[in-house]
Amino acid sequence: MKCLICFEEIVAQVSWNQFLLPQRTRSICEGCTGKLKRIDQIGCPKCGREDAKEICYDCERWEQSDVYAGCLEKNVAVYAYNEFAKEIVAKWKYRGDFILIRAFAEAVQTTYHQHFCDVGADAVVIPLSGQRLLERGFNQSDAVIQLLGLDSHDFFTRRESEKQSKRGRRERMEAGNPFELMRGSSRPVLLVDDIYTTGVTVRHLAKLLKESGCPAVYSFTLFR
Amino acid sequence: MGKLLTRQEIPLSDEELQWYISEGYMESKIAIEKKRSRFTCKRCGNHKQYLFAAMPHAACQKSCVYCRNCIMMGRVMECEPLYRGSPHYTWPILENPCAWEGELTAEQQHAADEIVSAIEHGQSELLIWAVCGAGKTEMLFPGLTAALKAGKRICLATPRTDVVRELTPRLKQAFPHVSIQALYGDSEEKSGDAQLLISTTHQLYRFAYAFDVMIIDEIDAFPYHNDLSLKFASKRAAKIDACFLYLTATPRRQEKKRIHQKKLPSVFIARRFHGHPLPVPKLKLSPLLRKELANRRLPKTILQVIEAQQLGSRQLLLFTSTIDYAQLVTDILKPIYPAITSVHAEDPDREEKVRAFRNQEYSILVTTTILERGVTFPSVDVYVLDAGHVVFDEAALVQIAGRAGRSAHDPTGEVIYFHRGKTNAMLDAQEAIMRMNKRGQRP
Repeated sequence: MKCLICFEEIVAQVSWNQFLLPQRTRSICEGCTGKLKRIDQIGCPKCGREDAKEICYDCERWEQSDVYAGCLEKNVAVYAYNEFAKEIVAKWKYRGDFILIRAFAEAVQTTYHQHFCDVGADAVVIPLSGQRLLERGFNQSDAVIQLLGLDSHDFFTRRESEKQSKRGRRERMEAGNPFELMRGSSRPVLLVDDIYTTGVTVRHLAKLLKESGCPAVYSFTLFR
Repeated sequence: MGKLLTRQEIPLSDEELQWYISEGYMESKIAIEKKRSRFTCKRCGNHKQYLFAAMPHAACQKSCVYCRNCIMMGRVMECEPLYRGSPHYTWPILENPCAWEGELTAEQQHAADEIVSAIEHGQSELLIWAVCGAGKTEMLFPGLTAALKAGKRICLATPRTDVVRELTPRLKQAFPHVSIQALYGDSEEKSGDAQLLISTTHQLYRFAYAFDVMIIDEIDAFPYHNDLSLKFASKRAAKIDACFLYLTATPRRQEKKRIHQKKLPSVFIARRFHGHPLPVPKLKLSPLLRKELANRRLPKTILQVIEAQQLGSRQLLLFTSTIDYAQLVTDILKPIYPAITSVHAEDPDREEKVRAFRNQEYSILVTTTILERGVTFPSVDVYVLDAGHVVFDEAALVQIAGRAGRSAHDPTGEVIYFHRGKTNAMLDAQEAIMRMNKRGQRP
């Protein structure tokens, strides 16, 4: 087996554990696992970032806004979005190397079960515009939901727009809501995405859901 | 014009594309070939099965195989064809393309003559083995002139982006009326439709049967040296009857063997353009280096050597084995020598820092092996920390030593390998340099 990220041969450590217990086959090597930073200790309870002690400045601003206050319960992220993660995301999402998502499988499943196992929320896909979906060939949000083995719910459509990652925070806030709700839900909802950067995307969606009578909106992302 | 592109790289509407195909200007090719359940990527030649993966493809609603080897150049998928542009295009015949007025030394002239004759007679291969700082670029000028006069299309491919950036202005100056483009990952020009292309070897994935003359610089360098798919791409990018010129200062065993068997025609230039010998590296034992670095210190002996060096007029190029060490060494030396900086492959400001160092804005530059070749600083001393590390093989050490004494004004420079025990690579490098100096002395 070769590492999905660095293509080095994966050498399993010989131990009693390995001898006695059934082993999962690993898709990435020790070195790459180490470079991905898991978020073990949640810093900000609102957005799930690690480098904060209480509610962070960004989230405070969200909660003071008239429009978005209280529309998102919380975000949970699996990994910190460090340089190494940026590289992988660039390759996975922008180059379209779909298979790289397997590198996150184990951690994503563990974190999901820790936080959302008993919430009973429906996993909702964040749509891409038609053009982008054709270019990329897959929807990253749907890919994460598939990885969790959940049913994905299509509640939204999206108007054509520029990439979020090419804009700053202010531009993102002012750009207006590119999403439209097709049908509401009376059950709690879990929005699944790849990265939580400013939180605009999930709040756009959360607001629409809340207005249509959804009891609670959570979000779950690979990176924060 | 001899390009091989995916659908997304072609800025045409579907109707326009169909028209080009029906008129015979382009043809579509299978992108990933499947034979007995083994895949081959028709763009990069990859046939390692672990570098293929399947994904649920939104466009065609089923699972499609794609190639992971060349994905950095855009994804090639099973269900999407590649489009090949016809290579039959008449390039202008230029009467007098070369504006360079410098003079070649007798040795350079000899090599240049060989190159011209190889190009004119359509010889299939020629290896130019020239020591570091022999003036390889200038030696190419007569050959390039001859090719341009015959209306040929030329590609100069090099493994490194830095080298493309350095060569382009020099060639544009020497050939002011020729269409010249630089192609690399982040280059501004992407079209690749000039008569003379200066490109990284990776960009060759996008060409098929396009060039009459293919010059490959530094054939012994990473990543070209041990990447079969880049060799495949460079072969495919050239026309069937193309002339391949290989440039190197440190040929690998494989090439040496072929030269020895007289299967690969070659020309050897043992003397630098200024006629002075290569600086011979000194070996200095520094057994505590790694231990001291672990404690965020440098051994006293090394500090003393650097101190003495900094009193002189030369700048210092300090090579380290890894990025972490480069940063660490910079942090250690910063309080003593504030005009210091470090570069490595992932450094976004690399280009800027190298330029600043060349303009003497820094007195010390700490670097990983990325600056081992192709770059010229006028007056530097070169030290290697932990020269026994595996990244420093013989070729790398010879190249590193070749950074010193490159200008005619300051043709010497001190090269020191600090090590924790001599390795074969160090001794071989030292010996190779001395042997070349000896050969260069002979008239």
